Amino acid sequence: MAKVIVVTSGKGGVGKTTTSASLGTGLADRGHKTAVIDFDVGLRNLDLIMGVERRVVYDFVNVIQGEATLKQALIKDKQSDKLFILAASQTRDKDALTQDGVGRVMDELRAEFDYVICDSPAGIEKGAFMAMYFADEAFVVTNPEVSSVRDSDRVLGILAAKSRRAEQGGDRIKEHLVLTRYNAERVAKGEMLSVEDVKEILAIPLLGVIPESPAVLSSSNAGVPVIRDMTSDAGLAYTDLIARFLGEDRPHRFLAPHKKSLFGKWFGER
Amino acid sequence: MDWLKIFRAEKKSSAQTAKERLLITVAHQRQGEGNGLHFLPRLREELLAVVRKYVQVPDEAVQFNVQRDEGLEVLELNITLPEKERRGGVASH
Repeated sequence: MAKVIVVTSGKGGVGKTTTSASLGTGLADRGHKTAVIDFDVGLRNLDLIMGVERRVVYDFVNVIQGEATLKQALIKDKQSDKLFILAASQTRDKDALTQDGVGRVMDELRAEFDYVICDSPAGIEKGAFMAMYFADEAFVVTNPEVSSVRDSDRVLGILAAKSRRAEQGGDRIKEHLVLTRYNAERVAKGEMLSVEDVKEILAIPLLGVIPESPAVLSSSNAGVPVIRDMTSDAGLAYTDLIARFLGEDRPHRFLAPHKKSLFGKWFGER
Repeated sequence: MDWLKIFRAEKKSSAQTAKERLLITVAHQRQGEGNGLHFLPRLREELLAVVRKYVQVPDEAVQFNVQRDEGLEVLELNITLPEKERRGGVASH
């Protein structure tokens, strides 16, 4: 039976899709059969970030409406035979995501996979709500910035009140904080909220801190999840995050400012 | 220059300001979600209907007041009867 994980944030542009792509890839690379689903109907992008945009034939809505089977719609990753992507529909509107329909697809996915990752759209409307409704665990992606933190708190309130687990009185959804676009230099200067600040405000356990990194953009340019770029700080941070999620004890890296060497100082290293 | 630091030290860092603002905003937000009193408008409607079975009262006759102290929430409910039939306001907690 799969674990269903929603990657959510409330605010847009904080790194939900980047995190979903790397989370899916990381879990698959660790041997878990994983499906990543794009819930952003009308504005699909997961396919692009994962580099499968030219192989989308059927999408999530096609499966919900019985126009394609799940098997036909799942796109297998080129590098991993344990990783599958289900694209969002580009042409339908989000009303196509009915609770019954999404529930049926989720049941089918649960039977087949170890992990089902639901990449939520921004906002707290239908698509976002459906992405979180069936979740067992939630990755709350937050930037160290006031509007993102506030929106994350809103989303946590909704998870606790309106998810299926909340409605049926089951166990609480397990929440994990993923702090992205972290700039340790600016934190040290007092220009950015620190990990500790965000932890204190949101009061959920920290799973990982992803440093602000040029590698995120270059990976999305290439359509390869940044976790596959093992030379980058963001890639390493996501690798650590997956290991931690799977129960390993890994210290947090990239929380302290990069130390300039004397040599670097002389020659203007940044 | 060191004397500049004196001025700087007095000023809060922007991150500190952000944190303080967030703590307040988020606390407010949580109260709104968790206070469970979103039924108040409906309760008011229903109470009005019940009262009107016996006494004709205007819409504003039923008033609520919510007070919060640490760990204690008091819902105060006031029903004001019209002049003619008044036997004093009925108040209950």
